[in-house]
Amino acid sequence: MCRAADLQTAVLAKNDEGARDLRARMAARGTALVNLMSSPGSGKTALLEAELGLARERGLAVAALTADLATENDARRLARSGVPVRQVLTDGLCHLETDMLGRHLDGWPEQDVRLLFVENVGNLVCPASYDLGESLRVVLASVTEGEDKPLKYPTAFGLAHLVVVTKNDIAEAVEFDREAFLGHVRQVNPGVEVVFTSARSGEGAGLLLDRALAVADGAAPHRPVMATATVALVEDGHAHAHAFGLGHGHPHAHAHPHPHDPADAHDGAHDGAPAAAR
Amino acid sequence: MHEMSIALAVVGQVEDAARSHGHTAVESVALRVGELAGVVPDALRFCFELACENTLLAGATLLTQQVPGRASCAPCGSDWDTGLPPQLCCPCCGGAAGGLLSGRELEIAEVRWADAGAATACQEV
Repeated sequence: MCRAADLQTAVLAKNDEGARDLRARMAARGTALVNLMSSPGSGKTALLEAELGLARERGLAVAALTADLATENDARRLARSGVPVRQVLTDGLCHLETDMLGRHLDGWPEQDVRLLFVENVGNLVCPASYDLGESLRVVLASVTEGEDKPLKYPTAFGLAHLVVVTKNDIAEAVEFDREAFLGHVRQVNPGVEVVFTSARSGEGAGLLLDRALAVADGAAPHRPVMATATVALVEDGHAHAHAFGLGHGHPHAHAHPHPHDPADAHDGAHDGAPAAAR
Repeated sequence: MHEMSIALAVVGQVEDAARSHGHTAVESVALRVGELAGVVPDALRFCFELACENTLLAGATLLTQQVPGRASCAPCGSDWDTGLPPQLCCPCCGGAAGGLLSGRELEIAEVRWADAGAATACQEV
């Protein structure tokens, strides 16, 4: 009798598979995808507007896709930079998923670009769970949102490759505690770079572009603890680590009895264990 | 709230498995949900019931097993409960954890079919 099946299947396996395909599709076009996430109103569009303008000045081929529940306001703002821009309306859905994004990238942008910025739906909860095939995942927080934002939204901040603080020109006025913020980021994502920007004063202009270009040119992005699976310590006292994609995965449950070079860490997305029945 | 999208993904995965093996009804689905998976089990249960309507999972129960977040530090040989919000720096040396031992799971652990007869053979899913 076979009443129960041990599926061992990652729930978001389809999305993660789609993300891997999309990453490969983008790589074949020489494009690195940058996934931008933040709360509504923290300044994603203003930052992006400035960075797209700079890219154009530098003669760098970029494009941007912006997702919202409704209105094309953001696309209109971004289009002023003169680079290809596309609006995705999610019709109420709180996050982008890979197949939705992939459909919008069929034949668009017409010319291959070096960087494709994806401005996710303004939301720090849901988008964090979905790998979109990005090479760089950026989380933004404005100084008005409070220093404890990284602790309140640990999945978003914990999986970021880069944290961008926005509206830093008013940090003093809103008594933003920079050290407390940095401490909270470190708690959930030790080692991640935090950059300070202001679209109004121009502080930090071009930093996002520089970091994205570095990754597009092959630099390894920061590896968040939360995206790294280790197995229990083995006899020789070191843990064996490997990355499991931005989406959900699970660490291997078995210990490795053979010694490893401590530097031996596997990169790349982690596939769910093969399903088995009993 | 992305729990509805997750519930629909669970239903889709189970439907695929049922189709591959000729099952027509589901008694229960067990999910492993990590403490750091960013998913609220109560919200997921509510959505699961709705997502199952008019599918072969109609009436199926969702069982969730919570998996605690655990992190480890190789140089110190230590591991600890991360808690939520997680503490991902080592309590001994203050350095970054080497990684997570558990806590990011969002997996279908087991499906119990409601229609399995004696004729059903065990198959590779």
